[in-house]
Amino acid sequence: MSAPALLWHQFRFDQKIFWRNPASVFFTVLLPVIFLLIFASIFGNNTIKTLGNVKTTVYYVPAILTLAVVSATTVNLAIGITVARERGILKRGRGTPLPSWVFLGGRLGNSIVVALVMLVVISLLGRIVYSVPIPWDRMPAVLVTLAIGAASFSALGIAMTRIIPSEDAAPAITNVSVLPLYFLSGVFIPESEIPNGVLNVAGVFPIRPFFEAFYAAFVPTTAGSGFEWGHLALVAAWGVAGAVIAMRTLTWTPFGS
Amino acid sequence: MSSSSPATAAIAIRGLRKSYGSNEAVRGIDLDVSVGEVFAFLGPNGAGKTTTVEILEGYRERSAGEVSVLGVDPADGDPALREKIGIVLQECELQPLLTVRETLELYAGYYATPRPIAETIDLVGLGDQADARAGRLSGGQQRRLDVGVALIGDPELLFLDEPTTGFDPSARRQAWDVIANLGRLGKTVFLTTHYMDEAQELADRVAIIAAGQIVAEGPPSELGGRKDAATSIRFTLPQGTEVASLPASLGEVLTGPHGEAVLTVDHPTEPLHRLTGWALENGLELQGLEVARPSLEDVYLDLTRDGGEAE
Repeated sequence: MSAPALLWHQFRFDQKIFWRNPASVFFTVLLPVIFLLIFASIFGNNTIKTLGNVKTTVYYVPAILTLAVVSATTVNLAIGITVARERGILKRGRGTPLPSWVFLGGRLGNSIVVALVMLVVISLLGRIVYSVPIPWDRMPAVLVTLAIGAASFSALGIAMTRIIPSEDAAPAITNVSVLPLYFLSGVFIPESEIPNGVLNVAGVFPIRPFFEAFYAAFVPTTAGSGFEWGHLALVAAWGVAGAVIAMRTLTWTPFGS
Repeated sequence: MSSSSPATAAIAIRGLRKSYGSNEAVRGIDLDVSVGEVFAFLGPNGAGKTTTVEILEGYRERSAGEVSVLGVDPADGDPALREKIGIVLQECELQPLLTVRETLELYAGYYATPRPIAETIDLVGLGDQADARAGRLSGGQQRRLDVGVALIGDPELLFLDEPTTGFDPSARRQAWDVIANLGRLGKTVFLTTHYMDEAQELADRVAIIAAGQIVAEGPPSELGGRKDAATSIRFTLPQGTEVASLPASLGEVLTGPHGEAVLTVDHPTEPLHRLTGWALENGLELQGLEVARPSLEDVYLDLTRDGGEAE
């Protein structure tokens, strides 16, 4: 098979495996939907003064999209690749002529496609249930932001497998890494309720700048074109660091052997 | 299938050594496996079998020595070599959410000239489970799917690392049938096992490894000098007879307290004829008559006793 055909072959099977796995469908696809419904029903009628009286539901659509992208990429890859490593699936692949970049490419493609599916699902849900406008005129900014975020958070997920020693530890270590950042970055709690000092600390890590970029791209009342290059550069810097670590440390044989 | 002549070595190992820190797991192994041969690497747990086979497969680096697999050094990581070998690892799961057929389709896509999927499913005896998910197969069926995955690239050489460990007898028998089929296809098979009966059943040639060294090598029937080892003729002395009544030409006969008699000879035909002739002439029955050579198990236990327990 040619390289693109091989990549497509691998991607097709990764898609099958993802959609057949109840845990990945629940945590990656359904949980963000549930979060949006819960947060919108609790805080839905409020407005956020510090953000120009934007409705809370309008705030939560890009917030939950941020969570959905991180789930589809960092969380999904860190857990999925650790499981494949510990079960010997990576080792088996190493004994075949499959180039390792194709294996990773299939997983990466899967994550990016799931992130795109979530963009559609969450945007439509916001539009239909909460009348949150879909920013058609800013779609280039939305897609570029999504692409940079998905690539960077994917690289970070693969890099994280280095510090995950076992299959059992994978969900715990991954969630301990992202859950506090969701809270501190204004993904779960509107940023108007979070002290500036905390937001500044969160801004060093990649989730906060990605959320800010996504918010600017998605909410029509923000100033500018929707491209937040400064925030995106910070996200991309984390992504490049993750990619370098991933390439240097990715291990193909089980740690537990 | 293979372009090499039958005399060519599929695997050649010279002076192979592997150390983990101060522990030397493999201590100077020399071995040749010919094309088309089913070769068993037999030894107790911890003897160095998996270390050796994983060096041959290209997973581990050696500390010293020369290794050639199908003419190339597996440490070079040549993708062309991976086209020509199939690997069944000792511990390796399958993707539980893909069916048997999908699993083989996935791996078939990795090779330039894969085997037909349906034929491979039949070869490993999973025809009735073709559309069952791998996660729902029994342990024995999963292992046979492992063999199917290793075969799907139509390899010249197959590595099987303890393919039946932990199986119940019927699952082992089915796995053996599959492996015996591979020999008939003309594949070279390098098998590791710690079951003597497995080596005896499947292999053309066996090497016994203990504590990182090869202690015996040869066809199962000749291993450890079995070919030349003395044969014992056992029987129970008929009622009313004693050793003195036996023909003197039999030589020394040892007896036990209940009339058991053992005669140890190098060439059993003639003494056996004399013994049965004597019994017929005197109208006697030789109860429990048995002619036996040392079993492979006796040889194996003898050879691995020291090395096996040291680890």
